Amino acid sequence: MLDYLISGISLGSVYAIIALGYTMVYGIAKMLNFAHGDVIMVGGYVSFCSMSYLGWGPLPAILFSILVCTLLGITIERMAYKPLRSATSLAVLITAIGVSYLLQNLALIIWSSSPKVYPDLFGGVEPVMIGETRLSFATIVTILANIIIMVGLTLFTNYTKIGKAMRAVSEDKGAATLMGINVNKTISVTFAIGSGLAAIAGVLLLASYPTLQPTTGSMPGIKAFTAAVFGGIGSIPGAMLGGILLGVIEIFAKAYISTQLSDAIVFGVLIIVLIVKPTGLLGKKVSEKV
Amino acid sequence: MSKQEVKLVNVPSPNFIPERDLGKPLVLETNHLGIDFGGLRAVDEFNIALGATEIAGLIGPNGAGKTTIFNMLTKVYQPTRGTIMLNGRDTHNMTPAQISQAGIARTFQNIRLFDKLTVEENVKIGLHNHINYGLPSGMFRLPKYWREEKRSHEAALKLLDIFGMADLAGKEAGSLPYGAQRRLEIVRALATQPQLLLLDEPAAGMNPSETEELMNNIRKIRDDFQIAIMLIEHDMKLVMGICESIAVLNFGRIIAKGTPSEIQNNPQVIEAYLGTNKERG
Amino acid sequence: MKNLSINTKKAFLNYGIVIVFYIIFQSLSAGGALSNSLKGQLIPIVVYMIMAVSLNLVVGISGELSLGHAGLMSVGAFSGVVAASCLSDVVPSPGLRLFLSILIGAIFAGIIGFLIGIPVLRLNGDYLAIVTLAFGEIIKNLLNCIYIGVDEKGLHFSGKDEASLGLAPGGYSIVKGPMGATGINKLSTFTAAIILLIVVLVIVQNLVNSRTGRAIMAIRDNRIAAESCGLSVTKYKLTAFVISAAMAGAAGVVYGLNFSTIVPKKFDFNTSILILVFVVLGGIGNLTGSLIAAGLLTVLPELLRQFRDYRMLVYAIVLIVVMIATNNEKLKVAVAVAIDKIKGKKTGKEGEANE
Repeated sequence: MLDYLISGISLGSVYAIIALGYTMVYGIAKMLNFAHGDVIMVGGYVSFCSMSYLGWGPLPAILFSILVCTLLGITIERMAYKPLRSATSLAVLITAIGVSYLLQNLALIIWSSSPKVYPDLFGGVEPVMIGETRLSFATIVTILANIIIMVGLTLFTNYTKIGKAMRAVSEDKGAATLMGINVNKTISVTFAIGSGLAAIAGVLLLASYPTLQPTTGSMPGIKAFTAAVFGGIGSIPGAMLGGILLGVIEIFAKAYISTQLSDAIVFGVLIIVLIVKPTGLLGKKVSEKV
Repeated sequence: MSKQEVKLVNVPSPNFIPERDLGKPLVLETNHLGIDFGGLRAVDEFNIALGATEIAGLIGPNGAGKTTIFNMLTKVYQPTRGTIMLNGRDTHNMTPAQISQAGIARTFQNIRLFDKLTVEENVKIGLHNHINYGLPSGMFRLPKYWREEKRSHEAALKLLDIFGMADLAGKEAGSLPYGAQRRLEIVRALATQPQLLLLDEPAAGMNPSETEELMNNIRKIRDDFQIAIMLIEHDMKLVMGICESIAVLNFGRIIAKGTPSEIQNNPQVIEAYLGTNKERG
Repeated sequence: MKNLSINTKKAFLNYGIVIVFYIIFQSLSAGGALSNSLKGQLIPIVVYMIMAVSLNLVVGISGELSLGHAGLMSVGAFSGVVAASCLSDVVPSPGLRLFLSILIGAIFAGIIGFLIGIPVLRLNGDYLAIVTLAFGEIIKNLLNCIYIGVDEKGLHFSGKDEASLGLAPGGYSIVKGPMGATGINKLSTFTAAIILLIVVLVIVQNLVNSRTGRAIMAIRDNRIAAESCGLSVTKYKLTAFVISAAMAGAAGVVYGLNFSTIVPKKFDFNTSILILVFVVLGGIGNLTGSLIAAGLLTVLPELLRQFRDYRMLVYAIVLIVVMIATNNEKLKVAVAVAIDKIKGKKTGKEGEANE
């Protein structure tokens, strides 16, 4: 029981970190960045290659993958999304899907479709025992990383200049421009942070589920997106809450109900939440002015 | 709870001009109507009664709550307190669509047309509940479809003719000039066959000659359709020229009610809204 | 009336396109001029055209983003396949059997669409998108767990495995969970698919010009104004959604009965997205565009076959470039100016010639 709860929180922490990327981008650019899941996959491959082919240690490999993903995020935003700043949200959505296909197929060409086994990052470290419950080091790191990222992001958006600019842009792009905030730069920074987080999420995901394929990112991506909506899209604590709840529900559904139906149950819960509270758990209600 | 209690209290109708309405049924009567937004009392103790063919004005400074009252009457907002009686029927728990079917039609301060549809289609949407054919007739163009579409086409053109707009029937609504869009909104509202028409700043953005024409048309609509009209307007010439009774709103409360001449000479109203000639000069 | 005639012209253009498409490919196919792979693509192409028209009713005409259309298609496909095998003894004529299966598939998908629509359509925009996506995945997951078999006593259902169906000796299983439906009697024909496409076009195009269609578009353009005209938002959104679902179901039946095997995995999120791409690239609300985009984009990966691994890459790049080119404000203005210039030159020249 406690075992399941902990692995649920661990998986949920990964979802939460990915969901943060979705939620921040949505909050600021009002777009669903469907390619976000595939950035996770790229982060996974980059760290995998630097460890397995270049023989780097885990830490430099992770830092390098964060760097690559950050640059990738900025590039994607510049090339594909920036020209569509004034287009309909549907047009941006389709473009994001195009970018997602692009990343997946590039990965397919570079690394082929055969799955790679991700190296065991914390191989030497003994699991910690709390009573009967076994706590693997990967789990501890994942949960800790999630807490650090949450606290860090909250401080960042509340107390730094660029963080405040991000909040201003998400409230009202026009007014923010008039106040002298560089909207394009702010959006770029948001993508950079979101993509950097995706790299971390990729490594953490693969530390617990070590199969790496070009499509590795898409299902966690969709789930994390669901988590972001679940918690109230645009809200940072919402992404955290949504991610962890989703992870716990998924693990419990797998354990007690059915492995095959676990996804259906997760999505079912999402639907119920949205019907009861249409803006997600912590979302703000926006009413139309008449 | 409080809503229920208020409903049970019987308040004598505070008519605008009681002597004119004697013997005629009231089309609209509100008692203790009010709404809160969070902690803010946006409108409170709004009591009016409107005769069946009366033209009434709602005036007051910006932010006084005029449009909020229209939104309550049409249930875009659910009132926090009080009752709205339409033709003696309580509109409690009705949806905006039901309100329209019950007989209130409105226009909007910031024009809300169906921009991508044609002028004629806009009017036909107003006629929607008076066109009698269902989904199958429409999907497979059964005889009923042709008959009813022909009838509604003619009805739409006739309504557009009130403002001499029949020749614009095929144009996209969003492409019309501003004044024509305002007039089209009135036509669309009339198409729903209301007993009470709410006009939210109908003369906004019109020049004096257009406003003059609008005044005549509002009177003509009342006479031809035998309906009551309530309008929000800042153009005092229009308000004083056509309204038979006026309510003045300030900070969500009625500060004066009466005929145009009574309102013009009310010191409170002058202070709150109209201003003295000195100030204007 | 002038407006009606423009819409009617557009409608007949679409019927014309479909009929010309049919005549060309039917004669090419009869003359043996088509490669086998392209021949095999004919029915899927038409099915995707139907799907695109059907989704356009939701996305373009009703203005709601749905990311779960493939789920509704799979409901139609599986119920249609089951219906076809149940009817195989009762209805000897394959044409009539196909027709009845399509009808049953459409009804089932319509019912599921209705059940999904009631809660879902209260949500707006991106929330609606995610919930339709969720429903699509749920349908796929559920179909992965369903086993259906038939024997002389009738249909047997199970959520566990094939053995628990408890079939009598003469019976056989039709749907086998993740293995999908196998041994399907291929009833679908190109002609039948084209007829269904025309029926779907007739329904959607007539709908747009009818009382119901106007109400649906009015709600899309301005919900508050539509309500003030006495329209029930839920009723009309639901109407559009259910009609669209039934059409997707019908298309699913034709699709399912075109292959000997279909699996639930085929109808996943990616398929929903594919159909949405047809609608968006063809122009939202533009049925002619939907038809052309569905046709071209279904054939495109096939034509790019020589590029092997690179074909989906090319597809992705084409998608991004087209989206940016058609939606970028600056580019739009530049193109408009260029067109004006060309037109201006032309009319100028004509003017000179006239003088």
